[in-house]
Amino acid sequence: MSDIADRVKKIVVEHLGVEAAQVKEDAKFIDDLGADSLDTVELVMAFEEEFGIEIPDDAAEKIQTVGDAIGFIKGNAKS
Amino acid sequence: MFDLSGKAALVTGASGGIGGAIARALHAQGAVVTLSGTRADALEQLKGTLGGRTHVIAARMDDAADIERLAKEAEAAMGKIDILVNNAGITRDNISMRMKDEEWEKVLEVNLTGTFRLTRAAMRGMMKRRAGRVINITSIVGVTGNPGQANYAAAKAGLIGMSKSLAQELASRGITVNCVAPGFIATPMTDVLTDDQKKAILGRVPASRLGTPEEIAAAVVFLASDEAAYVTGQTLHINGGMAMI
Repeated sequence: MSDIADRVKKIVVEHLGVEAAQVKEDAKFIDDLGADSLDTVELVMAFEEEFGIEIPDDAAEKIQTVGDAIGFIKGNAKS
Repeated sequence: MFDLSGKAALVTGASGGIGGAIARALHAQGAVVTLSGTRADALEQLKGTLGGRTHVIAARMDDAADIERLAKEAEAAMGKIDILVNNAGITRDNISMRMKDEEWEKVLEVNLTGTFRLTRAAMRGMMKRRAGRVINITSIVGVTGNPGQANYAAAKAGLIGMSKSLAQELASRGITVNCVAPGFIATPMTDVLTDDQKKAILGRVPASRLGTPEEIAAAVVFLASDEAAYVTGQTLHINGGMAMI
């Protein structure tokens, strides 16, 4: 399951153009990683595609840190 | 210039005078075109005159589920939506004192809410591809007002404000959102006017004639093109000088 964390971090690094070392589990997408509100939407879209899941809007709003994303995906991923 | 080869366009209200001309013009520039509207027979007829690179998907713009389906089926048919032309619109004219709630609501639902819903549905793919063109067909009356059209003018003005907001949200993703605002154009919608009404209107048009649907379509082709990448949040008025804004 740690594979999920690695895949999430890889997407964040690629999408936001940040250093892997910055992508800690408590890092906030907007405050710490410089994402804008559209970036957060696009990250959710990328997670949905990578893991073959649907992230509803109310759940997406609660995903504010890298750890939130990993947690949600671990709880909902099919593969 | 303005080559649209390889682009995929969805045009709503394509069975109407202006919508049909827009679809023909985009097609002539090389785009694959999906024709949408409520009258499937008229859409099929237009498809017949265009030939290849054309799809037909009938849909109602007052039905949220149908709008979702339209966006999905258009993406499936063309592989993507690069250019979205929100042209579908209806009128339910009445002086405000006599305007019924349903006349107000229907016009807002189709002309404004339906446009927002379809644009939101098409946005996802555009964001991913970092490219897109949204062109909303508004109207001169959205800026000047018109007696008997409080509902229509409100919806068309709403489109302009909505487009400016979307333009700001999406500019960083290579997506432009603009409006084209026709004045009086010769279509079945204006054919029903009496000669006296037409004369009165033309008295207010410095160009002294009605516009043609092709003159609206030309503006849409420009805004849809790669060359217009730096034009966003704008309203292009095409009205023979009737209003200079």
